[in-house]
Amino acid sequence: MLKREFGKSRGRGPLSDKIFKIAVTVAGAYVLVVVLLMVFQLGLGSGPIWHEEGLGFIWGTDWNAVEGRESFGAFPYIIGTLVTATIAMAIGVPLSIGIAMFVLTAPKRIGEPLGYLVELIAAVPSVVFGLWGLYVFRIYFKDLIEQPLHNAFGDSIFLFSGTPFGLDVLSASIILAIMIIPTISAVSRDVMLAVPQQQKEAAYMLGSTTWEMFRLAVFPYSKAGLIGASILGLGRAIGETLAVTMMIGNATGFEAIPESLFAPSQTMPSIIANEFIEASPVSLHLPALLGIALVLLLVSMSINIVAHFLVIRMLKIKEGAINN
Amino acid sequence: MFRSNVKNRLLVDKIMMGVVFACVITAITPLLWILGTLFYGGVEALSWEFLTQEPGAVGGGVPPAIGPAIQGTLIIIGLSSILGIPIGVMSGIYLAEFGGSWFSKQIRFFTDVFMEFPSIVLGVFAFLAIVLVLGHFSVWAGAFALSLIMFPIIARATEEALKMVPWSIREAGTALGLRKWIVTLRIVIPAAKNGIITGILLSVSRVGGETAPLIMTILGSSQFFGGLDSPMDALPLRIWRFSLQPYDEARLAGWGAALVLVITILAIHIGVRYWFIHRRKSIGMSPRFSKVGV
Repeated sequence: MLKREFGKSRGRGPLSDKIFKIAVTVAGAYVLVVVLLMVFQLGLGSGPIWHEEGLGFIWGTDWNAVEGRESFGAFPYIIGTLVTATIAMAIGVPLSIGIAMFVLTAPKRIGEPLGYLVELIAAVPSVVFGLWGLYVFRIYFKDLIEQPLHNAFGDSIFLFSGTPFGLDVLSASIILAIMIIPTISAVSRDVMLAVPQQQKEAAYMLGSTTWEMFRLAVFPYSKAGLIGASILGLGRAIGETLAVTMMIGNATGFEAIPESLFAPSQTMPSIIANEFIEASPVSLHLPALLGIALVLLLVSMSINIVAHFLVIRMLKIKEGAINN
Repeated sequence: MFRSNVKNRLLVDKIMMGVVFACVITAITPLLWILGTLFYGGVEALSWEFLTQEPGAVGGGVPPAIGPAIQGTLIIIGLSSILGIPIGVMSGIYLAEFGGSWFSKQIRFFTDVFMEFPSIVLGVFAFLAIVLVLGHFSVWAGAFALSLIMFPIIARATEEALKMVPWSIREAGTALGLRKWIVTLRIVIPAAKNGIITGILLSVSRVGGETAPLIMTILGSSQFFGGLDSPMDALPLRIWRFSLQPYDEARLAGWGAALVLVITILAIHIGVRYWFIHRRKSIGMSPRFSKVGV
């Protein structure tokens, strides 16, 4: 009872307490102000491009900064982002859930250090991933995987057509997958841990093996949370900048729409990183980049909001179970 | 009939255990590979001159130095901490001490969502808000962008740390007749300071490796710090620029710089974790035990 009264102001407290409450509330609201300001500033700054091309900016494919023939379209970069993020998820989500399962069921002496190593992946800066990908991973990947795939299936499956150079959609997606694994596996582990103990014990009581216990008790219960965890990873994949910029081959305009897994491309963050400094504010170039930033922000925000809803719902169940 | 498929089920179980273990190995291999490459590739570049001189002209046969980059990273982390820590801690106090209302739930939600904003968008925002307004690239813009990354992390860590402090402490303070703000600032926060410092250090290690927001705010430079209103270099930024140069020396310098960066970040990360685990045993006990040790 005292807990709620501590924070509640009954209007008659000392002035210093009221000031304190106002000060920390302002600090808390800072995040809301920043979000609103960001959307506003991006919208304002990209005004010229919306004015010029309207919603066609979103499915335009030009990218021409030459004065007099300026034309910009965000579509190739949206596609690039979608493709890399999807492939990264396809690789990363199963790996992450497997890692979460391992950490939950392995003996502590093995599970904890290995789980921690996976978390350490998130501590490595993006630019270092890009550096390693650019100088090391790309060579092995091109020679051991991309070239053989191209030789074997290049003519028949369009996905493998196009001479591989190592800096393309596929290699960028794989680096991206590695980078989102810590996020997805950490949240998945929390979500699976939140499954009530009775469910797991009931499965064991029925004579199930560990894998069957997961299949029967954990997965159906935590489906929403696992999807939320994956979507969190998707949000992270969409916003990832440097590693992707260094691995994706940096095409612009219509050529940036990847025709195969081995084609160079561009994502929304990478085009911003590459061109922002040279974009003249007087032309339409900067507003176009700001428009892409706005699209990126809105997409990322929506994805993260959805993900958080799913995960919070799952974890609240655990809280409720404990409080009861 | 039930027993007849036990062997199969046990086999499937064993296979799945193997699959799951393979997942872990698949994820850890790149990490170990990167660390190994960094050491083997970067150790050659390390020297006192490499760490303290300006890059100079490229192509001289000697890897361009990263003195300004290291200095720049230290400066930008310091400045963004000054901007980000107060807001983060106060926001965390709000969430923990006044945290029951609908409004605070929204704040908590948006703080979590904000933590995952693409950092390049934060850099663009700092560009619009500061660089365009001032008319030139500025260290403040970079520090502001990084502080936006830092403050949600610090806020949530502070909130969790404050929540761990037992309510009896606050009650004791109020029972002594102390006002709420004194209880919070002089009693609860010191009790929670381990968790808060953990949050601060983790956000510092996160921000030290961030490149994207710095591209359009501090731009990068080849000289040492020249004032808060001019471009400045930073380690991750310099690594990226090295990767764009086709010279072997630049490549070597890139590895060396990456090695320095990763060692520092991992040292903070692992150090914090070690310290936190050591402390974890004393959090939750009565407050006098939290002062045991360093």
